[in-house]
Amino acid sequence: MATTTPTHSAAKGRTARGAAPARRRPRGFGGSRGRTLNFWLFTGPFLIGLIVFVYVPIGWSLWLSLHNAQGTVAPTEFVGLDNYADMLGDGDFVDSLVNFTIFAAIIVPITYALSLTLALLVHRIRFMKAFFRSVFFLPTACSFVVASLVWKMSLFNGLRYGMMNTVLGWFGIDSVAWLASPHPPWYWLVICSARLWLQCGFYMILFLAALQNIPRELYEAAAVDGAKPGWQTFRHITLPQLRATSVAVVLLLLIAAYQAFDEFYNILDEGRATWGRPPLVDLYLQALGANQDYGHASAGALILALLIALVTLAQGRFLGFGRGAEK
Amino acid sequence: MSNISRGRDWDRRGVLRAMGGVAALGGLAACGSNTGRSGGGGKSIKQMYHAYGEQGTQQAAKKFADAYDKAKVTIEWVPGEYESKLATTLLGSGAPDVFEYHPDLQLVRSRQIVPLDDIIADVKDDFLPEDIAANSVDGKVYGIRMIDDPQFFFYRKSLFEKAGVKPPATFDELIDAAHKLTSGKVKGLYIGQNLKTISKPLVWSTGPHYLDADHRIAYHTDNLVETLTKARELYKSKSLLLGAPTEVWDPASFLQGLCAIQWCGIWAIPAIQKAFGDDFGIFPFPKSGAAGRQVVYNGGWSTYVSAKAKDVDAAKAFVKWLWIGQKKYQQEWALDYGFHIPARKSIAAGADKLKSGVAAEAVELFNTHGVFDDPYWTEGMFNILLDAVVNSVRDSKDPEAELDSADKKIERALKKLG
Repeated sequence: MATTTPTHSAAKGRTARGAAPARRRPRGFGGSRGRTLNFWLFTGPFLIGLIVFVYVPIGWSLWLSLHNAQGTVAPTEFVGLDNYADMLGDGDFVDSLVNFTIFAAIIVPITYALSLTLALLVHRIRFMKAFFRSVFFLPTACSFVVASLVWKMSLFNGLRYGMMNTVLGWFGIDSVAWLASPHPPWYWLVICSARLWLQCGFYMILFLAALQNIPRELYEAAAVDGAKPGWQTFRHITLPQLRATSVAVVLLLLIAAYQAFDEFYNILDEGRATWGRPPLVDLYLQALGANQDYGHASAGALILALLIALVTLAQGRFLGFGRGAEK
Repeated sequence: MSNISRGRDWDRRGVLRAMGGVAALGGLAACGSNTGRSGGGGKSIKQMYHAYGEQGTQQAAKKFADAYDKAKVTIEWVPGEYESKLATTLLGSGAPDVFEYHPDLQLVRSRQIVPLDDIIADVKDDFLPEDIAANSVDGKVYGIRMIDDPQFFFYRKSLFEKAGVKPPATFDELIDAAHKLTSGKVKGLYIGQNLKTISKPLVWSTGPHYLDADHRIAYHTDNLVETLTKARELYKSKSLLLGAPTEVWDPASFLQGLCAIQWCGIWAIPAIQKAFGDDFGIFPFPKSGAAGRQVVYNGGWSTYVSAKAKDVDAAKAFVKWLWIGQKKYQQEWALDYGFHIPARKSIAAGADKLKSGVAAEAVELFNTHGVFDDPYWTEGMFNILLDAVVNSVRDSKDPEAELDSADKKIERALKKLG
């Protein structure tokens, strides 16, 4: 039988005559008003940050996109949707979107497969698990810019003493200028390998956390039902159990692919290689280069944001991200 | 109920006390920062430079600033991408009062710089007319040239003799020389990888400048289409050095013996002289086609005053003091650390370092074949045409179609800027 003991505060609140105390205004930050104050105290600074650094710039960007804003961030000449028409009509920005849809189609599945494989290997390993987990995760801590410059100037240096060319030289193969031209497109090898090295560890950790949450009973039940360990178990138990994580990983990878900047900018001649110019580099050159064309760049940025939002909504519709828990 | 779920029983006074403490700390921290209070009658000027590669330049810039007694001048020394940083900074509240840059119509039209006719008037004749023209828009002078930096090809004389090659006078001869000079571990020619620097002389070597006298497109000729096609063939050949880690502003590839010819600038003469003694020479970008011309591109830097300067007159006074009045400093800046031609004719005439050897030859080439920037041709237009050059030469796209596409965008930009 459960007994209730008077709370410390209630006991303190009784008067000497045992009469119920009059309700007192809560002191300090206790009580409902206090809780509201606590709420605003903790969320307020972040909310202000969100408004100042996210919503105001988005609104300003929308404003700039409707004006001729060359060389100014306080434009006066209204041009309506002309900037949007220019961005969608002159080819470069659209080409970058198409190119990077292809890039996303390549890099997303490869990163997904590689990080899941690493997670499975680290999950199953019986010794030095922490060591391997750290080793694979370590590149995540490396700056994209630093990694890009190492890839460009050391590993894939186009001269004969570049690391990759030195290796090719051992087999009697001529040096390759990896980044000189898109024919053949060696630059994808350089960029994709850099990106895989940088981001696989992070997604491996996500998968590893999800793998550790799969109840062992499921595997035991499957074994009792005659499921063979290995592919069959992976396909029918592990993969379905990773559904929510998989959807989140795919979504994050897609957004990261469209937001690619650092490695493309630094590896490919500061955006001068026209064939490897992702949308963000294109917008950077429009706005922050000597162009100072904030109208067109803002229009492009909003088109890109809309595209990412649409992709997110579409995958939510088809893959059900965020509904996993309900199901 | 635990304390955690109830929330800590803070009182309002405690929170305010804590906030007051933080504010007080902020106030104390401000005591240790640069508050802008200084000598020079309380005026302060912020000056922005790109990071010059030569040792001692940053210290020299600071020395000049410290020597000015009418205002406190602070130096911002910007490594890496100077142009992008400057373009962004100019629109914000932290814009420099005085900065170095290149002539650009965009800055004039968006009223980001002020005319400097009043401070240059007395010494206008002491500058090259081309330097004045390159910094003038609608008859007003907006920039004062600090240094002239002619650019040309450097070549190894011994390698030329060995291959039986003479300094090329035409683009076809340059391609032929590149093939002949390529042997073993040495490539014939290095023109950079991103083509940003070489694209200017490449276009101008076909004859016209970017725009004609009426500021209409002049670059798009059959000769340029043909030149870009030849450049593409050269790029595909094994005679060009590709994949070098630094661009052509750095003579490292030439110094390391990776190529027999490299495009670079006058600033590289001391380093190359130190490495090869007399075993090197220079020649201009050769002419391309019958209507072509030899080109020595004059890079260099000019100084400007921001329209957003806290005190425009004070900023102009400082510019006048340093880049008009202080001839000793101007000579020091041009010749004591690196190697540049002083913008003032009277200083250049008295510079002994420019009177002999390759340096004298460089000055001669500069005077004979020098081509200067056009202020009506903006950095934005340059990037559009550069994309067309890159697509034609590095990406094998049709030069005619690429130039047509560039024309449309540049026409739009010209119309917008008026």
